[in-house]
Amino acid sequence: MVAPGALRVVRCGGSALGGARAVFSADSKQVGYLLFASGDFVKVYSVSTEETLLLMGGHAGLVTGIQLNPHNHMQLYSSSLDGTIKLWDFMDGIPIKTFTVGSKLLALYAVASAEDSVFVVIPKKGERDTFQLVSVKLTKGAGQDLEGKELSVVLDGVGASMKHIAFGREGAYVVSVKDVNLQVYFFKQKLLNRFSLNTMKTKGGDNRFSCVMCHPTEDCIATGHADGKIRLWRNFHHRKEYTYSTLHWHHDIVMDLAFSLEGTRLLSGGVESVLVQWHNESSCQKDFLPRLGSPIEYISMSSDGSLCCTLHEDNRITIINSNLRFSRSIQGLIKSKDVKTGLVVDPRTKALVLNGEPGHLQFYSTQTDQQLFSLDIVQRQHVHQAGLKQLDLVKVAFGAQGTWLATVEESEEVTDPELQLKLWFYNEETQSFKLNTRVNTPHDSHITDMCFRDVDELGEDSLILVTTGRDCVFKVWVMVEDTDPEAQQSVSWSCDFVGSYHNYQATNCCFSEDGSLLAVSFEGTVTVWDSLTWDLKCTFCHPPGNIRNICFGRLTCSKYLVGATDYGFLCCWNLLTCALEWSAHLNVVVLQPDPLSEHIAAVSWLSKKSSLFVFKPSEPRPIYIQRNLCKEKILLAAFVPRDEPEVISSEKHLWLRKSQPFFLTDTQELMTLSTKSLEERLTPSSKQLAVEESLPVTPFSVLLGKHRRQQAQEDTDLGKPLVHSKQEQASPAVRELLHTPAHVLPSASFLCTIFINSLLISKENKSAEEVADEVEMESEKAEDDSDEEDVTAMEQEDTSHMEFLGEMTCKLSKSQEKELRKIRKMDYSWIAAF
Amino acid sequence: MAAYKPVVVQACPKLGERITQDTLYWRGYKTPVQIKEFGAVNKIDFSPVPPYNYAVTASSRIHIYGRYSQEPIKTFSRFRDAAYCATYRDDGRLLAAGSEDGSVCLFDVSGKAPLRQFEGHTKPVHVVGFLSDKYRIFSGGDDYSSNLWDIPSATEIISYSEHTDYVRCGCASKVNADVFITGSYDHTVKLFDARTKSSVMTIEHGHPVESVLLFPSGGLLVSAGGRYVKVWDVLKGGQLLVSLKNHHKTVTCLCLNSSGQRLLSGSLDRHVKIYSTTSYKVVHSFNYATSILSLALSPEDETIVVGMTNGVLNIKHRKPEEKNENSQKKRQPAYRTYVKGRTYMPKQEDFCVSKPVKRVLRKYDKLLRSFQSSKALDAVLEPPIMLHTPEVTVAVMQELHRRGTLRSALAGRDEKQVNLLLTFVARRVIEPRFTPVLVTVADMITDIYQPVVGQSAIVDKQFLKLQQAIGKEIDYQEELLEVLGMMDTLFATFTKKRDTCLEESKSNGVTEIIETSPNY
Repeated sequence: MVAPGALRVVRCGGSALGGARAVFSADSKQVGYLLFASGDFVKVYSVSTEETLLLMGGHAGLVTGIQLNPHNHMQLYSSSLDGTIKLWDFMDGIPIKTFTVGSKLLALYAVASAEDSVFVVIPKKGERDTFQLVSVKLTKGAGQDLEGKELSVVLDGVGASMKHIAFGREGAYVVSVKDVNLQVYFFKQKLLNRFSLNTMKTKGGDNRFSCVMCHPTEDCIATGHADGKIRLWRNFHHRKEYTYSTLHWHHDIVMDLAFSLEGTRLLSGGVESVLVQWHNESSCQKDFLPRLGSPIEYISMSSDGSLCCTLHEDNRITIINSNLRFSRSIQGLIKSKDVKTGLVVDPRTKALVLNGEPGHLQFYSTQTDQQLFSLDIVQRQHVHQAGLKQLDLVKVAFGAQGTWLATVEESEEVTDPELQLKLWFYNEETQSFKLNTRVNTPHDSHITDMCFRDVDELGEDSLILVTTGRDCVFKVWVMVEDTDPEAQQSVSWSCDFVGSYHNYQATNCCFSEDGSLLAVSFEGTVTVWDSLTWDLKCTFCHPPGNIRNICFGRLTCSKYLVGATDYGFLCCWNLLTCALEWSAHLNVVVLQPDPLSEHIAAVSWLSKKSSLFVFKPSEPRPIYIQRNLCKEKILLAAFVPRDEPEVISSEKHLWLRKSQPFFLTDTQELMTLSTKSLEERLTPSSKQLAVEESLPVTPFSVLLGKHRRQQAQEDTDLGKPLVHSKQEQASPAVRELLHTPAHVLPSASFLCTIFINSLLISKENKSAEEVADEVEMESEKAEDDSDEEDVTAMEQEDTSHMEFLGEMTCKLSKSQEKELRKIRKMDYSWIAAF
Repeated sequence: MAAYKPVVVQACPKLGERITQDTLYWRGYKTPVQIKEFGAVNKIDFSPVPPYNYAVTASSRIHIYGRYSQEPIKTFSRFRDAAYCATYRDDGRLLAAGSEDGSVCLFDVSGKAPLRQFEGHTKPVHVVGFLSDKYRIFSGGDDYSSNLWDIPSATEIISYSEHTDYVRCGCASKVNADVFITGSYDHTVKLFDARTKSSVMTIEHGHPVESVLLFPSGGLLVSAGGRYVKVWDVLKGGQLLVSLKNHHKTVTCLCLNSSGQRLLSGSLDRHVKIYSTTSYKVVHSFNYATSILSLALSPEDETIVVGMTNGVLNIKHRKPEEKNENSQKKRQPAYRTYVKGRTYMPKQEDFCVSKPVKRVLRKYDKLLRSFQSSKALDAVLEPPIMLHTPEVTVAVMQELHRRGTLRSALAGRDEKQVNLLLTFVARRVIEPRFTPVLVTVADMITDIYQPVVGQSAIVDKQFLKLQQAIGKEIDYQEELLEVLGMMDTLFATFTKKRDTCLEESKSNGVTEIIETSPNY
């Protein structure tokens, strides 16, 4: 563990979802769960309440596959790159067993017909880039950590992705595709059939396999191809007389396929971000769900066929109804291909603002870890197609406490970038940004930097926007009041001043804290301009190398200007003496001043490691150094102001008091630094574990609740102790009764005794508890018939515990009771090992 | 899941004239009627009573025109020499005019011979007017005097000889029957009260005064002379309120519109400017063929008549306002059924079910949504869109280019369609807002249809036209660059004279450069 007092690097903003297909839980219709791999975790998401219920952590590597236990639908297998298969109880988020396989696991398949084994894809020993499908026998050991070393190779030379292998009807055969080869292995006959497509047959097209799926009821295999075709293979028992038919709609690679429960419908998705539904395997009948936002990576179907979900490239899951209606989406930090805008903090919501969906700006709240909203900046239809030069957002700046937003969008074309500068005004009524001014081609070439002059004391008029461009000029934009009374808006923006310096490209710009000075870097030189008269005041440079970043010091250090150069120097100039104050040899990638204090964070990139240095411009000695922040290259950083200053004991970390730093790496991982330990940080999320609380309330319980409350009030008025009513509510029997839908309840005569018992107080209460718990245990027993040994061990534990509980009941408060309940549900199987 | 986003059509801000209520109002005149007079038109005056005939003084005649008549309905031509300043009395029955020989004549509009002749001026009389009591006439002459005459007795009441140059304009107060104003070439405007022996107020205009005007309230005075129009507050003792300099030649005539909200001034620079009398900003301006000498506006602004130095009388009539009462009557019940229930305000307990708003997409958007590039391009090449909203056509072309399907959309067209395309490109490629896109389109068209050049005369002709248009544009741009270079040199000399570096860009070497040596 980390020593107390040291800072911890915390990864936030969700991890990559693209590890594996999502899985719908197969239990009841009322509360469906969606399980998906998210980085090293498996997340449990409630479909009805749209909340993440559980975060199951334990794997030390990326989770590569999740599958429901075919024999027990309340359990889940997950495989990971760390070489383990874990069996989870996903209702409670408890790992039941861990099987260590040893080598990297790239995909996981669980088949009902295979009694006690699962199939995994592992890299072949001694050979690079060759993978094999093996079956792992899951030994029924008593302990929690077991070895899964009994491997038997099923297929050789399979693809690494989980999409490249599928199991056929009732697990009778397994299909694997790789490049242009298709292999079918029949388990019973022990027969291996190989088919291969002729690469030369299609002109120009790339007919390699991209994914495979088997029909759930018939002997039929659907394969997706890189040229957008879907082939349906039949009669593949024979090596020669096999047939296939072709469905073609996609113009680009088919990313994934899914069959409906009966196999009458086939879903396919690809780069076009259109979900296509094929009926009866004919190409004439198909439905579309277009514009899903981003390329589809995986498609999965729920077991009853009522829902399906698509997993997208940008870390999003879309849940879709069976009639192809968009239902809802799960979305964390959208991972766009390239964060060009940088990390910007919205002063209004204190959210991080960066590139989201193509052409959109996402506002991501770091406190709640969710996307607040997505602002459409480009306002154009985005065509998902490889090789297109798309318009994208490259620069964002906020001004005047978030009332003004400036955005720059440009197309990827190098020669003639379609530049647009847009200025948005925050509309209080609609609570969103409204486009105020659009400037076409504000610069002749790419815009390199943009900043607002934002000074409170000078009022709204002081708002100035500066843009720097590769066309060797910087431009100053000011607000102009429209004199015409009939104009739609009262202000608009126009260019006020164009400055240049020796025809060098302008690279960065920055305003001093009081707004009187503007620093613009032109390649190797920093120029300082008076913002009133636009006179060039002085220049600084630190040869060799171009200026990479500049920023002014704040508060007590406002007389300093800090810059970082390409050749690995960090320099600090004094603006009063116009001389170099100090310089340090450091390859600074990111230079980020804290808006609330005089601290400046510099992130360096040296020998494949990122390190963080926090310093004050007035002292050349950094006040905090964190070496090896992470192995990835940090590209962007931002300080998010805290709502209230955090209490920090260590003097060394005082710079974290007012604002929290966030870093974004080149692999789009968002990280932050925290003084709190892991346990402290996780407590709020563990509160969500109470699944029962999220159950919908039945009308009866509402009615009863109202009645109860009234009664409770009366009781207090009369001075009666409140104990009775509290216990009544807490009693599980009543709760069971109230929360269960009426149509599944047993007859009233059966329930009567339980109910009456539960209403009795003091002595009788004990028996009521027991009765209720027996009911629960029965249900548990029914579920857990697969590994009975565990359950029996647990039961023993439980009963002994129950006696204890029974004695205590009358004194227990509600919360204590809940605690105990949790303890009861914990896994005690480890005791059995003694 | 997002809905389809329609193609963004780039709206360009309209440069130049902005359309306001005023421009709409003052544009509402028909094409002018031009009548040739015998000499320069020095005065136009509308009769204050219906049918609003107007008297035009030019050369030695006074013509009276009816509202829509092209020919004079009456002529007074009993002048030996030039006549000046024929002015109607308030009741529209008498007409007074000055003349070159120094006499002032009074006519009955129905008669021919003058009713009275007032002799007294020794030099030509350029200005005549009725006082508001209807029984007295004032006049100003080139003998520097301003006289007041009694109509019944045809005698001079008083003569003021205070001006030191020609008296060329004047006007009587509408609220006080004794007050009148004359403006003179001695740069002054003098206010006379018939009850006193001398002028009561003198205003220094600063230029030879060509025209004066009193507001109906009598409180404000407008004088025009030189390039200036000046407004004075008479009640404050002749304080200058505002000085307008919107003409670049001498302002010759002034006139108020019927509501008194707008002031019109005509000038030798061929313009009539219309000012708002609240802000004194130019709200509209008319252009004429030659220098303007006189200007008049009929009651209700029905007609604008402008007289020019070359003797042309320019008459503009207001367009009748369009009224479609019949069609409105028919639509009324339909509208009522349309709004039925829409005004219902949901109560608190009501459960609102909102109907999804059906979005109407344009034809090209529908086609683009279904990726039918060629058809989408066809849709925007239809004449109404192509001619009136070329920005839509260009926006769709740009969208197709962005999708990478522009080439295939342009290809495979027959002679007629290629002709259409080329016409559009050749005409619009020089417009700066369309140039980037249309250059690409032109490039692709020449690329695609290169092999078939020479097979169709029409297409070849269009190609030549395109070439010409581009050649012209290149020449033009070169010229512009030359001008820019000239201006740069001018600015460079300008900055050297003054030491401050007000010059915005490219001010290199002006400020000192401080470099710090890297010492660490």
